[in-house]
Amino acid sequence: MLSRIAESLFWIGRYVERADGTARILDVHLERLNHLPLEEQRSVARELLAVMGAKPQSEDFGLPELLHALAYDKQSASSIAGSLGAARENARRARETVSQSLWESLNTTYYGLNQHRKDVVGTYRFCNWVLERTAMVRGLADTTVSHDESWLFMVLGRSLERADMTARMLSTRDVQSAGMSWVNMLRCAGAYESFIRTRRAAFGDQHAAEFLLLDRLFPRSIVYALRDADECLAKLDPSAQRVGFINDARRIVGQARTFLEFHRTDDLMSELPEHMERVQKAVTQASDAISRKYFNQADEHAWVGEVS
Amino acid sequence: MSDLFQDYSEAAARSGAYDEMFAPGHVARKSYGQVAGALRELSLADVTARADSMARTFLDRGVTFDYAGEERPFPLDIVPRVVPADEWDVLERGVAQRVKALEAFLNDVYGRMAVVTDGVIPRQLVTTSAHFHREVHGFEPSGGVRVHVSGIDVVRDAAGTFRVLEDNVRVPSGVSYVLENRRAMAKGLPEAFGQQHIRPVEEYPRRLLSALRKTAPAGVDDPTVVVLTPGVFNSAYFEHTLLAGLMGVELVEGRDLICRGNRVYMRTTAGEQRVDVIYKRIDDEFLDPLQFRSDSMLGCPGLVNAARAGGVTIANAVGNGVADDKLVYSYVPDLIRYYLHEEPIIANVDTFRLEEKEAREHVLDRLEELVVKPVDGSGGKGLVIGPDASKDELDALRRRVIADPRGWIAQPVLQLSTVPTLSGDKFGPRHVDLRPFAVNDGDDVWVLPGGLTRVALKEGSLIVNSSQGGGSKDTWVLANSPQMPAEIIPRQSVTVREQVSVWPVESNWRDRQTEQQQ
Repeated sequence: MLSRIAESLFWIGRYVERADGTARILDVHLERLNHLPLEEQRSVARELLAVMGAKPQSEDFGLPELLHALAYDKQSASSIAGSLGAARENARRARETVSQSLWESLNTTYYGLNQHRKDVVGTYRFCNWVLERTAMVRGLADTTVSHDESWLFMVLGRSLERADMTARMLSTRDVQSAGMSWVNMLRCAGAYESFIRTRRAAFGDQHAAEFLLLDRLFPRSIVYALRDADECLAKLDPSAQRVGFINDARRIVGQARTFLEFHRTDDLMSELPEHMERVQKAVTQASDAISRKYFNQADEHAWVGEVS
Repeated sequence: MSDLFQDYSEAAARSGAYDEMFAPGHVARKSYGQVAGALRELSLADVTARADSMARTFLDRGVTFDYAGEERPFPLDIVPRVVPADEWDVLERGVAQRVKALEAFLNDVYGRMAVVTDGVIPRQLVTTSAHFHREVHGFEPSGGVRVHVSGIDVVRDAAGTFRVLEDNVRVPSGVSYVLENRRAMAKGLPEAFGQQHIRPVEEYPRRLLSALRKTAPAGVDDPTVVVLTPGVFNSAYFEHTLLAGLMGVELVEGRDLICRGNRVYMRTTAGEQRVDVIYKRIDDEFLDPLQFRSDSMLGCPGLVNAARAGGVTIANAVGNGVADDKLVYSYVPDLIRYYLHEEPIIANVDTFRLEEKEAREHVLDRLEELVVKPVDGSGGKGLVIGPDASKDELDALRRRVIADPRGWIAQPVLQLSTVPTLSGDKFGPRHVDLRPFAVNDGDDVWVLPGGLTRVALKEGSLIVNSSQGGGSKDTWVLANSPQMPAEIIPRQSVTVREQVSVWPVESNWRDRQTEQQQ
């Protein structure tokens, strides 16, 4: 398939997953932020923003600004609205490749972005709506697009973004002064019920983090997401079956995953933020490597002149 | 007929135009029987709800055009334009005839120029046309076809006679709306389809793809076809994606292509892949910076050379614009006689050539009664309608015509025919034109039964271009007999199915109600 289209599909996967992850994290944090005194609210808002990879635009960055930055700012690739807009734009560019129903669901989602109240109460509803819409987009991608190269690039983007999002979420545990409870952390990943059923009463912060990091059966754990990414890469490049990895992306993803899997859990936990940063870096590097291998194009040309 | 058509006949009589739906005396024409019956059953609330839902569907599906940087749904009116079989027969033959003549003309002007030698049209007329490209002179395009796709605009005058308004054999657009309009109407006014047979339009992409494949460079067994788009910012981007999608081929931008050794390749995840046929949706001037505008990033350097060397087919061929020149248009009836030895089936609109002194003087005296058009314009740009223009505008026009008589033609103001169109809380007569699309595979010119009916949404306006606030209507061509339309090719009998049809089903197969409990 065309390199340019493959790139668009990869980013549809990433952006949709990013909107979903951001909505979960925002939803759960809002509950807690509301209870905090104003000063503390502000510092937590800043920290949360930093973890999500954005910078505060103003001095007095507080809760309303956080809502804008993570939910509604259409210009920012870190916000939900920005991600969904970018996903839709990518689908528009790859429109003859994605299915009509996938395109339509992204298109109507984009038009639905403006229909929400932008205060705290409205944002809860917004986050819920985003979770529903992204679930629908994923469902349509899985059921109406052939599971060929095009779908693999979408899933690859989705898996890498998911590993990145869970890593970001786990690193919110330490940076926040008030600390985030393990229950909330699990809820951010939609993992609460799965975790309880798996671990029963034997839980605590450490077990929750371990679950999100290493569980091989829970789809949002980092190890699960990295394994998914690795499988996509293997299918995209069937030539490298026997010896070694000529594919940089596979090497990077594989190293990150095995590092986590074969490390002593206690050691991981004691340096969790560092390890989580490492996961995020690996995702960035893998993304670059994929880009070099599959999307490599002559330099982007500026667009010149309208013709009809 | 319900209140929706209150005052319609008066308004229609005022305009003096031919009404497609109603004969004088407010009687629905026979071809509109089913539509009139369906509309009679609907209340205003029904009609507006359906119209809203059709617009919403277009926005959701992305059936939009770009207007000043904003994506807008292309307005579709709920009353279709119906063309009875006998009228369509004339249009179909007339359009095909015209395409064949234009094809012969283009072959000639980029070759021997016999048409000039034989004195049918002046040499200067060809060589001064803005779209006559010397770059492509003297070579036969791969596949032997120049006009793969054309859109011949026709209108109906006050007497009810069809006339050709202009030819589009460069990059005619709008066929996507023909396909989408039909889908929308099937949901929006299902009652009107009823017992009559409306000829299907969905065959278009298959016809187009097979014509493109058929004209591939010699020696290519399984040609790779692509659609070349300027990108998402182009106003017709939706159409490009739809056609590529329906044909199942890649939609490429210039930056996806590379030319090497007079072959064209596209960059794919599996490396470079050869491209044999390019259905270009870019104007010639932007196609190849080595040949034309060097500042264009939309095309790909080397394309024209590759085409010249026979390494790739470009559809439509580079240089077709000379046939779209409105001064050349005025000669098309002569070209039909010259190349085909036939009389034109559809007449032109009477046209004054302002180069000719006598005609020019006549026109300059009557500017306020005529339509004056630039010869190389499209989309209604630059056109001046005399009766609507101010004195200053007419003065400015007069100066421009005198300065460049080659650049303009003049025609009488035509009262285009009208079709009832929803406007506010009732139907009013609105002027329409029709763009039938034809696909030429070298042996045969196939005319899509239907075409794009464009409608001027403002009362009394004669400007139907979407870029100037026009909308569209679904065009229904009625089949001659209630039998299966001839062009539906029976599917090959499915033998595979019979082979696998022996599916082992046991007699105690559980029904769905009890499935889960068991």
